[in-house]
Amino acid sequence: MVLYKQVVTLLKKEILLEWRSKYALNGILLYVISTVFVCYLSFKTTPPLVWNALFWIIMLFAAINAIAKSFIQESKGRLLYYYQIASPQAIIIAKIIYNILLMILMAVIALIFYSIVFQNVVGDELLYFVAVVLGAISFSTVFTMISAIASKAGNNSTLMAILSFPVIIPLLMLIIKLSKNAMDGLDRSVSIREICVLGLINLIVIATSLILFPYLWRD
Amino acid sequence: MHKNWWKILGAVCVLYTVIGGLLIQVPTLPILHESIRNLYFHVPMWFSMIVLFTVAFINSIKYLSSGNENDDLMAVESVNTGIIFGFIGLASGMIWANFTWGAPWPNDPKLNSAAIATLMYLAYIVLRGSIEEEQKRAKISAVYNIFSYPVMVVLIFVLPRLTDSLHPGNGGNPGFGTYDLDNHMRMVFYPAVLGWILIGIWIMSMRYRIRLIENKRNHIHS
Repeated sequence: MVLYKQVVTLLKKEILLEWRSKYALNGILLYVISTVFVCYLSFKTTPPLVWNALFWIIMLFAAINAIAKSFIQESKGRLLYYYQIASPQAIIIAKIIYNILLMILMAVIALIFYSIVFQNVVGDELLYFVAVVLGAISFSTVFTMISAIASKAGNNSTLMAILSFPVIIPLLMLIIKLSKNAMDGLDRSVSIREICVLGLINLIVIATSLILFPYLWRD
Repeated sequence: MHKNWWKILGAVCVLYTVIGGLLIQVPTLPILHESIRNLYFHVPMWFSMIVLFTVAFINSIKYLSSGNENDDLMAVESVNTGIIFGFIGLASGMIWANFTWGAPWPNDPKLNSAAIATLMYLAYIVLRGSIEEEQKRAKISAVYNIFSYPVMVVLIFVLPRLTDSLHPGNGGNPGFGTYDLDNHMRMVFYPAVLGWILIGIWIMSMRYRIRLIENKRNHIHS
């Protein structure tokens, strides 16, 4: 119960801070939209396979850039303050939930803008949307923990990228397969296996984050 | 002597598989022909790599619970040795694939998974290089190692089974054991796996002991 209250308070604080500055939100939105536009100007039209892959590559880089900030923007003094008033689990859960919300918002806006700019036919729109939401959740769970690790190791963005790529690739492969199934309009029973494996990996990642973060946060 | 029996066993097994693997009769199969003998050298590399990475994983957990610097040293040396085995596995597999599948890097989920797993552990090495302070380096890299190990397991054992692969045992194909591996081959294959795992652990323990001695010397000189 205490944990729940702490998570809610921390989450409210994250959202409030974000709402006051709107720095991360506007930054990421502009990042996604200009990347989509750069892709549009370079590709003009895309075959379906490229359409899907390109969308996920844009999402991948936007997510890395967005979530890399989640531990950097906290000043050293403020982190010390959190450590006195909240448990490490509450901090990491609040960060993960906040990043999930941010990523879902970003993914939906990116998807809308992307499909307006690039004309493409998606066979099963609901399933594609599910794939996008699952992708946003997977990016958030993995990158939150990696950004905590990278922020302890001097915070350079190269490190964030090389640490997170190998870990995210298995998830990305599953997500691309799932969204390809949705594009081709295959029967939904075909994709259940991918959804289950994705859910399972996310659970493992969250569980290991909860176990490992307490070792990481103290200096 | 009583402590070294496993080193002798490992050396004897590997020596036996080098001789036996090249001389003992193998079934004549289309496409594979004599290249099937590569099974004794290519597959044990992956077994050894997985065992070494598991040793690293266990030692990282031990480090986080005990804070003993030696556990961290053993974890990093296991990763170093495991990466070497991974590279040899990739190289021997590429030569084999070039003869049987027609290309050194066919688009096969197992190949890609193995390459990504290698990247993961190279990232671990880079992460260690980026932190100066010893205890901090040990702690953060242990956290990354434990975090990435379950993903590596999914990558190597689960994902290739979800898609079609040229490798046996994937995408609904039966494993090697069921039809290709006759009794003559088993006689060589199992000792080969055991021998290479033991050799891998031997190399790791030697590197670990060298690091211990280096540490001791640094303490004396400073």
